[in-house]
Amino acid sequence: MLHYIGSRIFQLIPVLLGMTFIVFLIIRAIPGDPAQVILGQQASEEAIKALRTTLGLDNPWYIQYFEYLKGLFTGDLGESLRTRNPVADEVWPYLAATIELSVFAIIIAVIIGINAGIISAWFQNSWFDYLAMIIALIGVSMPIFWLGLMNQWIFSIELGVLPTTGRENVRDPVDVITHFYLIDTLIQGNFAQFSIVLKHLILPGTALATIPMAIIARMTRSSMLEVMRSDYVRTARSKGLKMFRVVYKHALKNAIIPVLTIIGLQMGLLLGGAILTETIFGWPGIGRYIYEAIGFRDYPVIQSGILIVAFIFVMINLLVDMLYGLIDPRIKYE
Amino acid sequence: MAQSAIDKNEMKMEKVAGPWKEAWRGFRKSKVAVVGMGIVLFFVLMAIFGPLFTPQGINEQNLANKLLPPSSEHWMGTDDFGRDILSRIVYGARISLWVGFLAVIGSAVVGSTLGIIAGYYGRWVDTIISRIFDIMLAFPSILLAIAVVSVLGPSLRNALIAIALINVPNFGRLIRSKVLSIKEDEYIMSARAIGMKDNRILFSHILPNSMAPVIVQGTLAIATAIIEAAALGFLGLGAQAPSPEWGKMLADSRSYLTNAPWTMIFPGIAIMLTVLGFNLMGDGLRDALDPRMKS
Repeated sequence: MLHYIGSRIFQLIPVLLGMTFIVFLIIRAIPGDPAQVILGQQASEEAIKALRTTLGLDNPWYIQYFEYLKGLFTGDLGESLRTRNPVADEVWPYLAATIELSVFAIIIAVIIGINAGIISAWFQNSWFDYLAMIIALIGVSMPIFWLGLMNQWIFSIELGVLPTTGRENVRDPVDVITHFYLIDTLIQGNFAQFSIVLKHLILPGTALATIPMAIIARMTRSSMLEVMRSDYVRTARSKGLKMFRVVYKHALKNAIIPVLTIIGLQMGLLLGGAILTETIFGWPGIGRYIYEAIGFRDYPVIQSGILIVAFIFVMINLLVDMLYGLIDPRIKYE
Repeated sequence: MAQSAIDKNEMKMEKVAGPWKEAWRGFRKSKVAVVGMGIVLFFVLMAIFGPLFTPQGINEQNLANKLLPPSSEHWMGTDDFGRDILSRIVYGARISLWVGFLAVIGSAVVGSTLGIIAGYYGRWVDTIISRIFDIMLAFPSILLAIAVVSVLGPSLRNALIAIALINVPNFGRLIRSKVLSIKEDEYIMSARAIGMKDNRILFSHILPNSMAPVIVQGTLAIATAIIEAAALGFLGLGAQAPSPEWGKMLADSRSYLTNAPWTMIFPGIAIMLTVLGFNLMGDGLRDALDPRMKS
C-alpha cells in the first residue's frame, strides 16, 4: 500500500509541474505586451516598465518559469495587483468559504443521490424509480446558474424563506476563527448565528449539489441493479435476511466502488460549478475571488486561484484512489 | 434467373446487416433516445428557420413595451429594452447550436488526431501526448475555459476556442484506447504485412473503425459545450451584448428577478431542453452503437 501511494505521488509530479506551467502561461500568453494590457491604454511608459519588472517579464521565459516555481515552493503565490497583498495571505478566507460550500453540497448530493439510487434499484420499475430517474435526467441537463437563479426567485423572492445572497447576516457578523462559519459559530456556542449561516448555505448548496446528486443517483442505481442480481444477494435473501439489511449491508458494499469514483470526479465539477454558484449567490469564495480578479485584470490572483483549485482537484482524485483499497479489500495495490 | 434472385436476396441481407443500419434500429428501439432526437431536431429547425417567423427582430427595441409579462402578443414577455424574448430565444438557438457543433467538431478533430498518433506510434510520442491530456484533465474544465478566455479576452469566438480546447483530451483519450485495441487486430497486422503505409492504415482503417465512440462522445459533448458556452456568457466572458445568447440573456435577467422573472425562466428552459435532447440522444446512441460503453 505504501509503495502504491509512493508511486502514485511520483506519477503526479509531471502533472503538477505541467499544471504550474499552464498557469504560468496565463500572463505570458496574453497577446501583445501583458503589462500594457493589464494597465490599459492610458498607462504611462514608466508604469508599464515598473509592472514588467514586478512580474519579471523582462527575463527569458525559462528563467521566469524557474523563478515562478521557486516562488511556489516557498509559498509565494504572487501579489494581487488590486489589493497589493500577497495572494497567499488573503486567499484563505475565500478558500474556506468555497470548501464549506462544496462539502455541504457534496454531503447533500451523496446522501440524497445514493439513497435515491438504492431505492430506485430496490423497487425497479416502480413509480419512485421512474420519477427519480426522470428528475435525475433533468438534473444532469440543468445549467447550474439557471437553477441558482430559480432557487433565488422561488425561495428568496417569492416565498421569502431563505436569504438571497451572502454567507452571514452582515449586521451581525460571525467572529472568525477558522473561517468555516458553521464550525466557528458552533465553537462559540452561538446557535442563533449557526442557524443563520446554515440558512445562507441552503440555496447555493442545493444548487451546487443538483448535478452531482443526479449523477450519483444514476450511477448508484445501475451499480446496485447489477449487484442485486448476484448469487450472494440471493443467498442472503433466501436465508431469511430482511431486505433492508441485504440492500444496505450486503449489496451496497459491493455496489459503492464505481459510485465512489463518480463522487471523486464530481468534486472537480463542484469546484468548477462553485465559480458560477458563488457569482449568483454573492458567496465570498475562491470562485468569486477569481471572477472578480478577471474584471480587474488581476492576473496573479487569476493564476493562483486556478492553481489552488486544480491542486485540490488532483489531491481529491488521489485520495479517492487510496480509498478504494479501504472499502474493497479485493483491490490489491501493487 | 434463379441465380439472380438469390444474388438479389443476398444483397438485401447484406444491406440489412450493415453496422449503421443495425445501430439505427437499436437507436429507434429506445423511446427516450427518439424523444431526445426529436428535441434536438426541433431546436435545429428552430435555429435554421425560426428567425423567418419570429414576431419581432432580435434587437428591435421598444421601451414603451419593456418588461411586459407573457401575453398573446409576446408569448414569453419582453425584456428591459422591450425586446421580444421569444424572438431572441429563437435566434439564440443559432448561437448555442453553432457554438456546440463547432466546438465539438474542433475538439473531435484535434483530439482524435492526437489520440490516433499517440495510440498508434506509442513510446515517447504516446507518453508526451498522454501527459498533456493528463495535465489538461487535472483542471476542472470550466476553470480551464475561464483561464483561456481571460488570456484571449472575452468574446463568443474566444469562448468557442476555449470550449474546443478543454474537450480535446476527452476525445484524445477515447480514441487512443480504441486504437490500442484495434492495432493488434489481424486485419491491421495484415495491412502492415503487405506493406501499407502508416498514413493509409491510420486514416483508412483505424480511424473509421474507431468512429462509434467518437460519435457518442461527440453528441454528449455538444450538450456540455452548450452549457459551457452559456456559463461563459453568463459570467460575461462569452457572447457580449446585444447578442441574444442564452447565457447572456440569463445574466441580464438577474436585475429583474423580482418584477420580471420571465426574463430568466424562458432562456433557462431553452438551455435545459437543448442539453436534455443531446444527452438523451447520446445515451441512445451509446446503447445502439457500443453496448460495452453502457454505464
